[in-house]
Amino acid sequence: MTHAPDLLSSLYVFLLATFVGLEVIKRVSPLLHTPLMSLTNAISAISIVGALIITGKAETPLSTMLGMAAVTASMINVTGGYLITFRMIKMFKRKGAAK
Amino acid sequence: MNETFIPVAYLAASAAFILALKWLSSVPTAMRGVIVGCIGMTLAIGGTLLSPEIVTYQNIGIALVLGTIIGVPMALMPMTAVPQRTALSHAFGALAAALVGGAEYSLRYSSVDRFTMFALVIEVLLGSLTFSASLMAFGKLQEILPQRPITYKGQNFVNLGVLAVAMLLGAGLVMNPANTILFPIMVILAFTFGIMLIVPIGGADMPTVIALLNSYAGLSAAAMGFALDNKLLIIAGSLDGASGLILSIIMCKAMNRSFANVLFGAFGQVQTGPAGKVDAKPVKSATNEEAASILANASLVVIIPGYGMAVAQAQHKVRELHDTLTKKGVKVVFAIHPVAGRMPGHMNVLLAEADVPYDKLLEMEEANGELPEADVALVIGANDVTNPAARHDTNSPVYGMPIIDVDKAHVVMVIKRSMNPGFAGIDNELYTMDKTLMLFGDAKAVVTELVKEVAAAE
Repeated sequence: MTHAPDLLSSLYVFLLATFVGLEVIKRVSPLLHTPLMSLTNAISAISIVGALIITGKAETPLSTMLGMAAVTASMINVTGGYLITFRMIKMFKRKGAAK
Repeated sequence: MNETFIPVAYLAASAAFILALKWLSSVPTAMRGVIVGCIGMTLAIGGTLLSPEIVTYQNIGIALVLGTIIGVPMALMPMTAVPQRTALSHAFGALAAALVGGAEYSLRYSSVDRFTMFALVIEVLLGSLTFSASLMAFGKLQEILPQRPITYKGQNFVNLGVLAVAMLLGAGLVMNPANTILFPIMVILAFTFGIMLIVPIGGADMPTVIALLNSYAGLSAAAMGFALDNKLLIIAGSLDGASGLILSIIMCKAMNRSFANVLFGAFGQVQTGPAGKVDAKPVKSATNEEAASILANASLVVIIPGYGMAVAQAQHKVRELHDTLTKKGVKVVFAIHPVAGRMPGHMNVLLAEADVPYDKLLEMEEANGELPEADVALVIGANDVTNPAARHDTNSPVYGMPIIDVDKAHVVMVIKRSMNPGFAGIDNELYTMDKTLMLFGDAKAVVTELVKEVAAAE
């Protein structure tokens, strides 16, 4: 790959996504800060997309090995992150609903 | 057909992630948020697996199964272990980014353009240092490593020097990507910097540091998006980056400190100077019966939980105390300081796990409105966040930190193992106040006794 990626549009996306993130997350109740952290952690396991391609392309043994390790690490966060967030949210009950 | 499906799947996944975080903002919609986030990730992974670039699925299958086998037990850990688990998952996220960066570099170093190389360098630098820093944080939280900050003269100078050299090597790589020898040295230095960054961090600063590492892990994924020209990665990574940033700002504000002070200030060393010293005044201790009879006759009790409650695993007993008192007609609420515990929201999750209704968990400002009316403020394993010195003693290291105004309640009860100072390493003048009763012992044991005595009290 020799051509430069579309830098400017990537920067726009980064800028807008960051502002959307700041606005959305500012509204999250402190009650849910721990689930917020585990959910964003699961979402940032999106690195798995890059890892899958590198592994699947299987260009060199080195890149395949690194890719496989990266897929494993991201998949840990995908399954673990969503599952624990699910468990946490399920625990939050209102008065009367408890027990 | 896949050429149109993949971008559409990625676009839908981006929308799903934003909606997931939006719906997580309050409890009634939070579950919807988790589900839509899960759908987004499924779309992203499913779309990627259809990519024509993938020629073999065998290795992918092995890695996906392996990741699931490790990931599921990590999600089933007890809630008291959530701070450690979170640190560990930041380490995995950062590791993935660094590994993909390394793999991309190994394939493309001879033909990569400068901008892509710059993104790769950022991805690998952030990924490596976040990986080692998160492992260190895990070690400290799991108490494999000493929790007290370790400092030496010139520490900040050495740390920043290591980072500067790593960044210089990164700049060298951007100038000449084919200079392959620089790459592993840069990785090693970033890794070392991550370790050295956490060495001087004490337990009280963990909430801020975990939030900051959360942010870095997200930003390394976003950098990967720049390197691979993938907008989905940029969006998901920057959402995570923004979230970590906001949380660490909230944590810093809750301690009245700056980022620089948290990272380089080594808060929590034992104070040797005169600052914060209280003359050895006598403390009043009470028996559990005395305390229980005061509690049973109160009309409003505010419970202030802290890390000590988590360590003693006392949250279920605390809920029993809440139930028993409520049955007797006593109103019980919980006052949660933003930095109570070892990560943002730690106390809320523990108490929710123990079935305390979440509308009983008050934020600091709201609780401070109630405290002057409270008959009893019951402090369970919290220390620095209740220290009145934060309001008036300009010499105290906690001065200026917003605190829970425990001292305004009519009676203060403090459950504490001993008179040892908290993580800030300073005395708490709360303990020597006339209206304070100390209940010495393990939090779980004391609360168990209190439940029994309150139930028996008339």
